[in-house]
Amino acid sequence: MYNKLNDCDITALRSIVGEENVLIGEAISPDYAHDELGGIERLPDALVRALSTEQISKVMKLAWERSIPVTVRGSGTGLVGAAVPIEGGILLETTRMNKILELDMDNLTLTVQPGVLLMELAAFAEENDFLYPPDPGEKSATIGGNISTNAGGMRAVKYGVTRDYVRALTVVMPNGEILTLGGKVAKNSSGYSLKDLVIGSEGTLCIICEAVLKLIPLPKLSVSLLVPFKDMKSAIEAVPKIIRSKVTPTAVEYMSRDTILFSESYLGKRFPDTKNEAYILLTFDGSTEEQVERDMNEVAELCLELGAADAYIVDTEERKKSVWSARGAFLEAIKASTTEMDECDVVVPKNKIDEYIKFTHALSDELGVRIPSFGHAGDGNLHIYICRDGLSDGEWENTLAICFDRMYKKAEEIGGLVSGEHGIGYAKKEYLKRQLGETQISLMQGIKQVFDPKNILNPGKICF
Amino acid sequence: MNIIVCIKQVPGSNNVEVDPITGVLKRSGIQSKMNPYDLYGIETALTLTERYGGRVECITMGPPQAKAVITEAICMGAERGTVLSDRRFAGADVLATAYTIAQGIRRLGDFDLIICGKQTTDGDTAQVGAEVAEYLGIPNLSNVLSVEEVSGGRITVNASLDDKTVKQSVTLPCLISVDGDINTPRLPSYKVKKTVTDDLITFLSFDDFADRDPNNYGLAGSATQVERIFAPEKNRDKHRIDGSPDEQSEALLKLISELKLI
Repeated sequence: MYNKLNDCDITALRSIVGEENVLIGEAISPDYAHDELGGIERLPDALVRALSTEQISKVMKLAWERSIPVTVRGSGTGLVGAAVPIEGGILLETTRMNKILELDMDNLTLTVQPGVLLMELAAFAEENDFLYPPDPGEKSATIGGNISTNAGGMRAVKYGVTRDYVRALTVVMPNGEILTLGGKVAKNSSGYSLKDLVIGSEGTLCIICEAVLKLIPLPKLSVSLLVPFKDMKSAIEAVPKIIRSKVTPTAVEYMSRDTILFSESYLGKRFPDTKNEAYILLTFDGSTEEQVERDMNEVAELCLELGAADAYIVDTEERKKSVWSARGAFLEAIKASTTEMDECDVVVPKNKIDEYIKFTHALSDELGVRIPSFGHAGDGNLHIYICRDGLSDGEWENTLAICFDRMYKKAEEIGGLVSGEHGIGYAKKEYLKRQLGETQISLMQGIKQVFDPKNILNPGKICF
Repeated sequence: MNIIVCIKQVPGSNNVEVDPITGVLKRSGIQSKMNPYDLYGIETALTLTERYGGRVECITMGPPQAKAVITEAICMGAERGTVLSDRRFAGADVLATAYTIAQGIRRLGDFDLIICGKQTTDGDTAQVGAEVAEYLGIPNLSNVLSVEEVSGGRITVNASLDDKTVKQSVTLPCLISVDGDINTPRLPSYKVKKTVTDDLITFLSFDDFADRDPNNYGLAGSATQVERIFAPEKNRDKHRIDGSPDEQSEALLKLISELKLI
């Protein structure tokens, strides 16, 4: 069904993006065969580094005419194999399209190329007294990748997710046509929102070449509270009650002592407190000291009533760094603590979070497997890791299958969904199919067919 | 052991603007915080009292609002604190500041150890600690990385000497200045914050000191005067290094060597 790249194609690609930006054979680093969590590996036949929308358009025209599969890749920090070229063909890397093109102070928008890193974007916005609210843990991810998975991050509880901050997208269709979806507008009822369909489509519908992002004024103050609890049960039972209070924290994260200790040994840095079994980390932001302090005090009092051992104040750059750098390293730290791991990124209704975490603890005890977790307690999105540790190949496969089966079933049972922010990619396809059923999957396949009738863009992902 | 930690209130952000004409820091609207280096000093003190018993108190010099850093230190675990505050102390350079703090410490009574942070983030001189020790006539150890032991009336520490670490031992009472990043300071407790009362914080002024010669304090007692304060230029140059990991690391090494960063 697909054609293999031939010498002619390679020559044509080189004439489009330049000799040095087309790599083949051993010149392609093995890193391009996988993403951050492995699971599936395949090297592309050619790695093409694009520098402009026009180049991407020309590459797609060639791929369209010749029926060659194309997979887009940002920093490769995905966790579900979405950027792995499982059918070979072209791997189109957009990391060199990394310019911030325009800060529009009148419309409060920032126009960027897809390869801008999240950390660069956040720093640029802050330098100009603005905030780009989505705040996923992986700061070296590209904005193109964030849009492709509709990444959420830690501030989602107050500010929402990536989709809420994308005003417009310039995209290249599978046949090379360049389109602009949406615009620098605050409202939009102009037909189907194709822009919103593209957000979260994991590179299967078209290629994001430029994005207009919405910014908000930078809150003047931000303070966190690190709240220790004697056990995880008390900590997670406090979360729905905190959320029910009228105060809206910017972030509500939960973490266990074990995870913090992994992070300490991974980073070689001590966490400010490890005396308690479980912690909730909350952030409050606002424009006046009085407002932020009032919110913080109200929640601190509530936490103490709910059995917290104390509430530690994280109010300066240094203190925030000592706490949040550990939080940012949890994924890598857990990874370093075991031989192999796989993850589950379910999202459940906020009021079910304690029920779900208790379920994973019971599952861990029942199966005798380590299942550390941390996550965005405030928005119901959990990051749960199943650690292989000393299991043999057969035991690992079995355990993983049982764990995933039970965890996705439980999430579904309480009204949750397969992925909160990491996406479906290749790894979670079966669980998505199982939950959504034939009609919804057919609708998704139909949409894919309309955008990409030749199925050359990131084939074999999400709903195929 | 009784430990006194010297702390200071500094601007809350590193990006404080300097008025290009007057050379004065633009403090209005800027939040204040405890000098980050002092946090390592407080943590060192609290760890020592956990190990050997005793108590920690803090001392600061500044306007009345400097009380906030004493409250913060109490929330971290200090027992009480003192604010040295008087208009006559204003405009002090490192020498006059050290003299004032030494006078204040004499008023606090017996102590075994004084701990200072390495330097402040606003003045950056790293001189006050050593000068306080000089005025009090006690031994001083700088750039302390860790306290190994306190026993037999002596303290043994490991201190940084650029690329070497030296083990030093002196008799108590003494003053040590601790390096940055040597520990993770504990966080202030909300629970304690609720219980802090004014009687835990003492204000001392010029009139409370044994030496009441105004020529030893403030601008009059300063040996140096600031001619100009300016913000250092920011460099936003970016270099992108491509190639294989080996090529990239070699190119990076060459670049940072050329820039004399290592």
